Amino acid sequence: MSDMIVLENLTKRFGDLTAVDAVSMQVARGEVLGFLGPNGAGKSTTMKMVCGYLTPTSGTARVQGHDVMTEPMAVKAAIGYLPEGAPTYGDMTVRAFLRFIARIRGFDGAEVDRRVDRVRELVDLDEVIGRPVETLSKGFKRRVGLAQSILHDPEVLIMDEPTDGLDPNQKHQVRSLIKDMAHDKAIVISTHILEEVGAVCSRAVVIAHGKLLADGTPEDLLRRDAHHNAVVVRLAAAGADDLIAGLSALPQIAGVEPLTGDAANTQDGIVGFRARPRDGASIVVPVGEYLRGLGVTPEEMYVEHGHMDEVFRAITLGGETRAGTGA
Amino acid sequence: MRNIWIIAKRELAGYFATPLALIFIVIFLALTGAFTFFLGNFFARGQADLQAFFQFHPWLYLILIPAVAMRLWAEERKSGTIELLMTLPVTTTQAVLGKFLAAWAFCGIALSLTFPIWITVNVLGEPDNGTIVAGYVGSFLMAGGFMSIGACMSAMTKNQVIAFIIAATVCFLFTMSGLEMVLNFFHAWAPPLIVDTVASLSFLVRFDAVTRGVIDMRDVLYFISLIAFFLFTNVIVVEVKKSA
Repeated sequence: MSDMIVLENLTKRFGDLTAVDAVSMQVARGEVLGFLGPNGAGKSTTMKMVCGYLTPTSGTARVQGHDVMTEPMAVKAAIGYLPEGAPTYGDMTVRAFLRFIARIRGFDGAEVDRRVDRVRELVDLDEVIGRPVETLSKGFKRRVGLAQSILHDPEVLIMDEPTDGLDPNQKHQVRSLIKDMAHDKAIVISTHILEEVGAVCSRAVVIAHGKLLADGTPEDLLRRDAHHNAVVVRLAAAGADDLIAGLSALPQIAGVEPLTGDAANTQDGIVGFRARPRDGASIVVPVGEYLRGLGVTPEEMYVEHGHMDEVFRAITLGGETRAGTGA
Repeated sequence: MRNIWIIAKRELAGYFATPLALIFIVIFLALTGAFTFFLGNFFARGQADLQAFFQFHPWLYLILIPAVAMRLWAEERKSGTIELLMTLPVTTTQAVLGKFLAAWAFCGIALSLTFPIWITVNVLGEPDNGTIVAGYVGSFLMAGGFMSIGACMSAMTKNQVIAFIIAATVCFLFTMSGLEMVLNFFHAWAPPLIVDTVASLSFLVRFDAVTRGVIDMRDVLYFISLIAFFLFTNVIVVEVKKSA
């Protein structure tokens, strides 16, 4: 795989504050990288450095082989960038604004209109194309920003919170657009909407206090939640203790604990417990077989999935993922 | 060059997209007219020249040019579009030049719309049109000087009002530095070299010479190097501000 974006010990200090602390990573063509972190974690600062807006204190970033320190113009020409808040020139019409971007991106003559028409269709700007940007709704403004960033069909696309402030339909539209573009581009999106990670990203990194804390597929991250792929079983209380002990002894199972809190949902004569897998592997088959082997029919049985929120909290607050003590 | 032109065109269109351009031009024309005829006693002087017209330009520019310049960078910083502009494939120098040239050209448009007074003076008498051309050239150069100061000050803040006040103050110092009032302050303690340097920085002294029809290359060079200095500073300010 060819690495389109390479960060090498990228560091930014503002006075005493280290906003980005020696971040290194690579993004390859075909990847959609979700850049996660709490507010103030250094997501935007990192993106601004890669796009050549901020100068790194130390370290560097390379985009398609161009070093942002020594060849900033080549980097800026290669990247499509949607800054945070999707700033646009409010007094221009959407068409004038996009034509300005097209010219500055080096297009001339009929090609300018062709480019503008293409993004106008892609992000659905037909009804507002002749209106001043400042009169548009938040959703349309955001889409104008998006149109601006993909106008030159860049191979590297960096978007700072592209779906912030959009309604669910618009979010869906933007995510589909990103997914459609993904196969021949390297795309980085920052977000703190965690559902987005599963929806569009092929890989996610978590950053907090300027440090890179986790890097993997969304599935890898979910696996960090102890409840990922856990199996919850409710059955008759009679003989349950032996059954739980036997289940705990299975090699695939890390532990079994009784349900607590709301999840317990106590009914007379019924007990509920959760069996946690080792390493997040799927255990529904062995658990099912074990129960069947004993001739027990559970009242209820379902597989739990890890919650990105829990993983995110655990990683960014520096604690352990939730232990097996109930939800 | 291409990028400078694209940015300048966008910027200039920006002036005309809002009432700013219209208001500026109307007020500029109204004030130059009023000053020329009432304060300058255009008729009573009984001379077919435009001294009465040009002598008020520094004072008009002092207020009006910082008002045009204040939005150049402050607005970009306030609305966040500076991040967009600086991540497009343009250099800071291109952006600085493009913006400055647009604002300066806008002043040129306003100034050229004062042409009826030229016609008037030609109808009334036989003025030395060479002197008048020199006056227009001098006025345009001076406007560029004021504008470069204003653009530079605008880059220092995201608040347009602050940009305006600082720019007007700096412009005022440059305008006044040749007057006795300012020079006396330096006479008391500074060596003659410094006093002369301060005096030579004055817009008024230089502009006065030009409106009398004497285009001295040193005066032209003065305005051009002043513009170059402030635009260079402008580039540095933009660079420093964005990485802080």
